[in-house]
Amino acid sequence: MDYPTLGEPIHKPLTELEVKLEANRCLNCYDAPCMNACPTHIDVASFIGKIATGNLKGSARVILDANAMGASCARVCPTEELCEGACVYKKDDSPIRIGDLQRYAIDWVMDNDVEIFTPGPSSGKHVAIIGGGPAGLSAARDLRRFGHAVTIFDSNDQLGGLNTYGIVPFRLSAEVAIWEAQQVVKLGANVVTNAHVGRDITLASLLKDFDAVVLACGMGRVPKLAIPGEELGGVLDALDFIERAKLGKDVGNLGKHVAVIGAGNTAIDALTCAKRLGAEHVTMYYRRGEAEMTAYEFEYDFAKMEGIEFRFFCAPKRIIGENGRVSAVEFIRTELVAAGEGVLESLMHVPKTIQGSEFIEPADTIISAIGQSRLLDTFAELGIRTREGVVDVDESLQTSRHGVFAAGDCIFEKGTREAMVVEAAEQGKVAARSVDAYLNDPSLRHGSGQAPA
Amino acid sequence: MANLQSNLAGIKSPNPFWLASAPPTNSGYQVLRAFDAGWGGAVWKTLGTPIVNVTSRFAALDYKQNKIIGLNNIELITDRPLEENLQEIRECKAKYPDRAIIGSLMEVPERGPWHELVKRVQAAGVDGFELNFGCPHGMSERGMGAAVGQHPDIVEMITAWVVEAAEVPVIVKLTPNITDVRATARAAKRGGAHAISMINTINSLIGVDIETWNPIPHVDGKSSHGGYCGPAVKPIALNMVNECARDSEVGIPISGIGGVSTWQDAVEFFLLGATNVQVCTAVMHHGFRIVEDMIDGLSNYMDSRGIGALDGLIGQAQNKITTWENLNLNYQIVAEIDQEKCIHCSKCYIACEDAAHQCIDRVLVDDVAMLKVDQNHCVGCNLCMMVCPVEDCIEMVQVANGLPPESWKQRSSTVTA
Repeated sequence: MDYPTLGEPIHKPLTELEVKLEANRCLNCYDAPCMNACPTHIDVASFIGKIATGNLKGSARVILDANAMGASCARVCPTEELCEGACVYKKDDSPIRIGDLQRYAIDWVMDNDVEIFTPGPSSGKHVAIIGGGPAGLSAARDLRRFGHAVTIFDSNDQLGGLNTYGIVPFRLSAEVAIWEAQQVVKLGANVVTNAHVGRDITLASLLKDFDAVVLACGMGRVPKLAIPGEELGGVLDALDFIERAKLGKDVGNLGKHVAVIGAGNTAIDALTCAKRLGAEHVTMYYRRGEAEMTAYEFEYDFAKMEGIEFRFFCAPKRIIGENGRVSAVEFIRTELVAAGEGVLESLMHVPKTIQGSEFIEPADTIISAIGQSRLLDTFAELGIRTREGVVDVDESLQTSRHGVFAAGDCIFEKGTREAMVVEAAEQGKVAARSVDAYLNDPSLRHGSGQAPA
Repeated sequence: MANLQSNLAGIKSPNPFWLASAPPTNSGYQVLRAFDAGWGGAVWKTLGTPIVNVTSRFAALDYKQNKIIGLNNIELITDRPLEENLQEIRECKAKYPDRAIIGSLMEVPERGPWHELVKRVQAAGVDGFELNFGCPHGMSERGMGAAVGQHPDIVEMITAWVVEAAEVPVIVKLTPNITDVRATARAAKRGGAHAISMINTINSLIGVDIETWNPIPHVDGKSSHGGYCGPAVKPIALNMVNECARDSEVGIPISGIGGVSTWQDAVEFFLLGATNVQVCTAVMHHGFRIVEDMIDGLSNYMDSRGIGALDGLIGQAQNKITTWENLNLNYQIVAEIDQEKCIHCSKCYIACEDAAHQCIDRVLVDDVAMLKVDQNHCVGCNLCMMVCPVEDCIEMVQVANGLPPESWKQRSSTVTA
């Protein structure tokens, strides 16, 4: 199936000449900083060296061995902050284009339908994976390599999670996300789509029918703005909006003015997506300042290039409608004030509204991108310990319940872990190893049920 | 501004940059373009009985993204009639009387035909001759080129025949495909040569296409060894030039050939004993225009050092080359890493650890590899400096050990005594 591309991709593949130049420019550092900066520890110098010698199969294997999400990471990783940021050439502002080279190697696998991995000999064990996004797929891939049967339960039609549904197509196409998931399925993973754990499948049945569970359910939808007028037509959830745009579903008439609330990477995706869908004025509204934006700098730069407008230090107060549809938003100005002791550095200053500073902006569509809610009901049903909505795990990524492991956005906690595809991939990998150890060592399994607190 | 006037055994040219006898000097059209660009001289593509060439003819050794660090060819001497070449030589000489045009010659090893060829080419107005005793492929199977150059007695004999008939200086071009190049250099001198030029190309096989298993280059699936030249041969050429420059039995000027691509290369040839240089591969790679920076760079270099003429460079470092037994055993250097310049790639560490003397310490400080030389154990081999990608980041510094210079020769004679 063809999905809409919404214009030119942000990153074009390297030409053959660029690949040769770039691959040969790599110094092949020893114990390379790029490798250490990669959350999945891809041996970058090794895979680039293999590209230079024309050993593309070997190159792709090095990448995919460390990171099952190598295809999507090559496109969405904030490489400036990770491998390329650590490149020894960064000092002179000319880091090796590691992400693009990674893409080249994996594209070769994609284009030539090359088989890189095979499942391990059957262990007779069966692992349930809740969620088929990057973390779940990564765990499933490695569990298959270890020889364990896996069944992935996913609530969507397609696997891939946010890669398939939540990242704008000009950054990561659905085709690539689905291909990547397909590689895991090809290793013999069972897949149950449109399956809602807690609704269609009970935890009790999972714990009974499977030898271990990996929870990789991610997060929920965007929480409510909790202001008057939210029920009006034209008020959208950013993830829902991006999903519809990406899969070619009707997003309705966005109108002339689109207001996006929030300043994270999903906000940038919603903004640029709305712009590319034809909205004339697309404006980001954020209750903090430019310096506090959570979007990556390169994302912000990209949004500026796409013609997005930005308004800082303002919070939506109410949504004004006409005939059941949004027509304007009333904002109130904000300022940052000290939050007091014992908070994370990023939260040291909190926004406070300034009385009497209200102003009204025209808006035909409002897209809320103020974060994602936590799947508290699921966690409650699983009976696992959480902290402020974040699943509590130990170093091996085991939850408070024996045999239940967790990876990905459901263990994402501000200030500790990063909500990146590459982090999810790494956590899936770690979880798979821990599950494997758990399944192979009866002593780890003796106390099934609640772990000691 | 420095005077770049060059004089090789009486052959004058406005600068020391000549084109070697090779594809770039195949025709008058090319030589005129070269002179337009500023080349000081041209050694014409070897004249003789026209041959038939094969396709393909050239192949290159690339290293990573560096194209043509070495070039291999199986092309032969001129494939055009002698009279056509001579007419073009006349035209070039008429248009550029100040440039040196050298007739490169190859002929069967008989006195009559050599005399005949010398006279005909001389009549065209060449400023000198270069005897091609070095072409390693094709012609050698017919008793010419390297087949001559590998026999000092034949080199001497043919040189003498040419000198009998020549009214202009005679240069003998030497093949490196020989155990000791000084043997043929001395033979050329004995035969009356006024200068030698070196090196001709080195026997080589560029490689095999690992897809088709055909040799590179191939002619309908087969190949033969060719002649190797280009930047990769420069060290071999420098050594041979210097061996001849230091040999008292040679004692004639040397035209340096072999991998000269820049003015810096030329300076090295001059310092080690060459009077001028000849260039081919760099022109095949980039065109005649490269001579502009060769002239400009050399001139600026000489100005910056207050050197007025080429004599101030030629042979100035030639006697710094000696035999190993004369090197100072008490000279001690150690590596020092400039922490400001270091980019923390750890190339020096792994090179020293795996291939040298395990004397670079690597400590992670805030996830950054800090590299430090254990100078008590460093043997001063240079390897770390060589692998370091940053210019002047690793410096070899002398250790003041207070010991007087002492060579192996001196030390062993002391022990024996």
